[in-house]
Amino acid sequence: MKGIPILTILTLLPLFAGIIVAGLGEQRKLARGIAFGSSLLSLALALLLWRSFDAANGQLNQFIEQHQWIPSLGIQYFVAVDGLGLLMVLLTAIITPMAMLASWNIADQADRRGGQDAQARGSNGYGSHLFFALVLFLQAGLFGTFTALNFFHWFIFWELSLIPAFFLVRLWGGSQRAPAATQFFIYTMVGSVAMLLAFLAIFLATGKFDFTALAELGRTGTLASALSAKLGWYSLNTGALTLIIFGGILLGFAVKVPLMPFHTWLPATYAEAPSGVTMLLTGVMSKMGVYGFIRILLPIFGVQLGEPRVQTVLLSLAVITIVFSACAAFAQRDLKRMLAYSSINHLGYCLLGIFAVAKFIGPDADLATQKAAALNGVFLQMFNHGLTAATLFWFVALIEKRSGGLRGLNDFGGLRKVAPIFCGLMGIALFSSLGLPGLNGFVGEFLIFKGVFPLAMCSASLSVIGLLVTAIFILTILQRVFNGPLNEKWAKFPDLSPGEIGLLLIPIVLMFVLGLYPRLVLDVINPTVVQMVEQLKF
Amino acid sequence: MSYLDLLKLAAPEVLVVLTALVVLVLDLTSMRGLNLRVRLGINGLIACVGCAAAIAWLLVIPAQGQVAGGMLVADSLTALVKIVVLSLTIFTVLLSFNAKFTAHVGEYLALVLFAAVGMMFLVSAEDILMIFVSLEMTSLSLYVLTAFNKRNIKSAEAALKYFLFGGMAAAFMLFGLSLIYGLSGATNLHAIAAALAGKGLDPLLVVAMVMTVIGFGFKVAAVPFHLWAPDAYEGAPTPSAALIASGSKVASFFIAAKVLMIGFAGVEGSAAWRDYASGWMPLIAVVAGLSMILGNLAAIVQRNVKRLLAYSAIAHAGYAVLGILSNDASGTASLIYYVATYGLTVVGAFGVVSVVENLKGDSKLTDFIGLSRRAPVVALCMMVFMLSLAGIPPLAGFFGKFYVFLAAAGAGQNLGLLWLVILAIAMSAVSLYYYLQVLKQIYVVEAKDGNQGMEVPVFSQAVLVVIAILVVGLGCFPNLLVGPLQSCLAATGH
Repeated sequence: MKGIPILTILTLLPLFAGIIVAGLGEQRKLARGIAFGSSLLSLALALLLWRSFDAANGQLNQFIEQHQWIPSLGIQYFVAVDGLGLLMVLLTAIITPMAMLASWNIADQADRRGGQDAQARGSNGYGSHLFFALVLFLQAGLFGTFTALNFFHWFIFWELSLIPAFFLVRLWGGSQRAPAATQFFIYTMVGSVAMLLAFLAIFLATGKFDFTALAELGRTGTLASALSAKLGWYSLNTGALTLIIFGGILLGFAVKVPLMPFHTWLPATYAEAPSGVTMLLTGVMSKMGVYGFIRILLPIFGVQLGEPRVQTVLLSLAVITIVFSACAAFAQRDLKRMLAYSSINHLGYCLLGIFAVAKFIGPDADLATQKAAALNGVFLQMFNHGLTAATLFWFVALIEKRSGGLRGLNDFGGLRKVAPIFCGLMGIALFSSLGLPGLNGFVGEFLIFKGVFPLAMCSASLSVIGLLVTAIFILTILQRVFNGPLNEKWAKFPDLSPGEIGLLLIPIVLMFVLGLYPRLVLDVINPTVVQMVEQLKF
Repeated sequence: MSYLDLLKLAAPEVLVVLTALVVLVLDLTSMRGLNLRVRLGINGLIACVGCAAAIAWLLVIPAQGQVAGGMLVADSLTALVKIVVLSLTIFTVLLSFNAKFTAHVGEYLALVLFAAVGMMFLVSAEDILMIFVSLEMTSLSLYVLTAFNKRNIKSAEAALKYFLFGGMAAAFMLFGLSLIYGLSGATNLHAIAAALAGKGLDPLLVVAMVMTVIGFGFKVAAVPFHLWAPDAYEGAPTPSAALIASGSKVASFFIAAKVLMIGFAGVEGSAAWRDYASGWMPLIAVVAGLSMILGNLAAIVQRNVKRLLAYSAIAHAGYAVLGILSNDASGTASLIYYVATYGLTVVGAFGVVSVVENLKGDSKLTDFIGLSRRAPVVALCMMVFMLSLAGIPPLAGFFGKFYVFLAAAGAGQNLGLLWLVILAIAMSAVSLYYYLQVLKQIYVVEAKDGNQGMEVPVFSQAVLVVIAILVVGLGCFPNLLVGPLQSCLAATGH
């Protein structure tokens, strides 16, 4: 593997495949085939990475590529992965083909909607080749984001993933797609701009864009003094100035995850986006925010994250996110919106874990085991939530396909009788989301709570309410949709075809495997976590 | 000073002038009877070779020095900017090979070359007299070029507007420059700065400064001196519009930066938020802000691509002014990178427009419908240009904006210009909308009249592809231009 720029290849592959697919025009079948083939190739590459990854090494230096790019501005092309990066790359590689399969007939769906809608889209809707090209561009953006270690190209990829996502929602979404897409775009754009400005300020003060170098400066406290020396902004003191810069970056990530109260774009976007796109949004794009928290904020701005005032605010926000989003999910009557709020809830646990870890970061900070447990939990939760949420939205896509677009909680009933396999498999995914022991969802949440309890007792206890409400609303879904008297309208609700079963079994089996044998992932991420905890001493 | 020295320093300009004369004479004598295509082809090639020879001269025999107290200054920085101007001229000429708007090939090409010479002298000038003369030389050529389509009444209208506004602006500028001379007793920029140093901002100087800024504001089409631009861009033959938007912009911005940074050194003032101080900085900060807002918002409602490009040019002038506002070496570097890549992109965009115009007869947004199926290569090039103008990575426009914003944010002590940078970023998000409108017509909207292929000359396609590759290349590897720029700036002690 030495000498082969495998991470660059990984990022460029979907980019070029996307360009080819976009150029194919009317040959829709071919375009779709190439797009899917490319995503499988990416998956193979990601698995190859996984295989040749040195699991014992927790440093951020595997498959490293570092080249001068724009020396005068301190910009390097710098990519490498550690356990976290690798896990996210793998998740992206797994979710993308799933999303493509879930949107296999996307153009036909648009046609079938017909009438006024089709008029508004031009005579025959936007070509599906464009859809698959955009998905590939999105994938390239995600790979780039998860591997880049220099702000300059990291930010390029971060933005690059936003634009295709916007168009996927805007062009193929439901009836309210226009406002949803605009809201999504504006929210994430504002977050990105805040982050860009903050990083410009950091660069002007330190002359560095390199994450690892900036982390070093953050650890030694040089960053704060450099900022105040260069920027001396309206006689703000060093702490306040650094806090403002930190706030800018925080905003960018908080919108993306999202952390309440910056979440209002999410339910509308997830509900309006076609389900395949929602799979990508919730499965991978929401992880970009969490990834940013771990890769950028925690190492560079650990001091600010750990400051008591900030801690109070952030921990409360995390608890609010967890509890309120669970309650909000319970109040929804649309399956997609329920799952959207449930996504916010699940990522809330990740943020809780991260904030709790940041609480003890003094030079003599102990509690290393607890912090490691929490961070391991966060990593696992990121992966597991990606897998589970994407699978759930896939099921919703199948329901929509069978019901002609209906997906209300009360539109169905007793489906278990006519479609037992469908309900069985979706039930497993729902239970995984609920956190049933034996399935993947449990492991991550358990580790997070195990770690967070000793670190932030009060927040952890309050968050348990979220777990409870989650259980209630997921059981409600099971009860209203699958059980109860059969709604006569759906007496002919077709069960899964053998092909669909075969495809859906893959994530379902993964859920069991990760639930029963989490070491598969833990072995890879634990050295990284230990290394991170070791470096979190400010 | 001997004439030999002068010739050495001005050799590239002389080369271009000679080329212009050769083209003019050839076309009027031996090629009278040949058909239009052949004349355009041969004379155009000669013009390109002339410009290329000038570039080669600048690269191979770098001249250093100045004559007559800054009337003509040659150093590595001016050489670099001249190379940019000449390259843009070459591309403009190459894209007019299929022009049908005129039969006067010799005059047309000669005027393009004269305009280029004017720009080159402008770049080299550090003396207000010379600056004014070369500015007028460029402008007069451009007025005529705008009016060159005699069959189109709009072309005449555009030229008249351009000329009247231009004449007015030139008058303002001349008045301003004469006041400066009266105040300082000098015409050289450095001498002016030295004479003005320590005198502070007396009212006469303010008048002089405002008038000079008006002159430059007109040249770069910044609000509120932009009114000519949309009409001129729309009415002018497309290659002329491309030259107005590209080469002339580069030279004007460079000289505006020089005059403000060198001539008015000491009376900068400050445009920083809450740290306002009178001087030229708040003046052009207002111009920049207005240009960004008005240019971007007005572009949204345009239905003609040339008008849209005109308003986008106004907006881009606003961003570029940020580079001047930084008032340091990195500001100058970012400004030159920005206008050079912008010029390149806009030449390409006008090239695509002229392709569409040749086939459809107009450049309305709806004329671009279905371009992706009729001429996929041209459509792809247009996508690169539009996305670059919108500042999408990894294209040149992105790094240009990034660099200018970085320089502006870093200017001064405490991020004083941050308000302008935030405005610029917000406005470039707005701009994405109208650039995507163009791409939507090209890629998404279905043509009603079928999708018959378009005959696009291979040559034009090749030129467009080269420009698109340059835009991508300069975006991916900005150091290709930034590296030389910074070494030039360091060498010339800016």
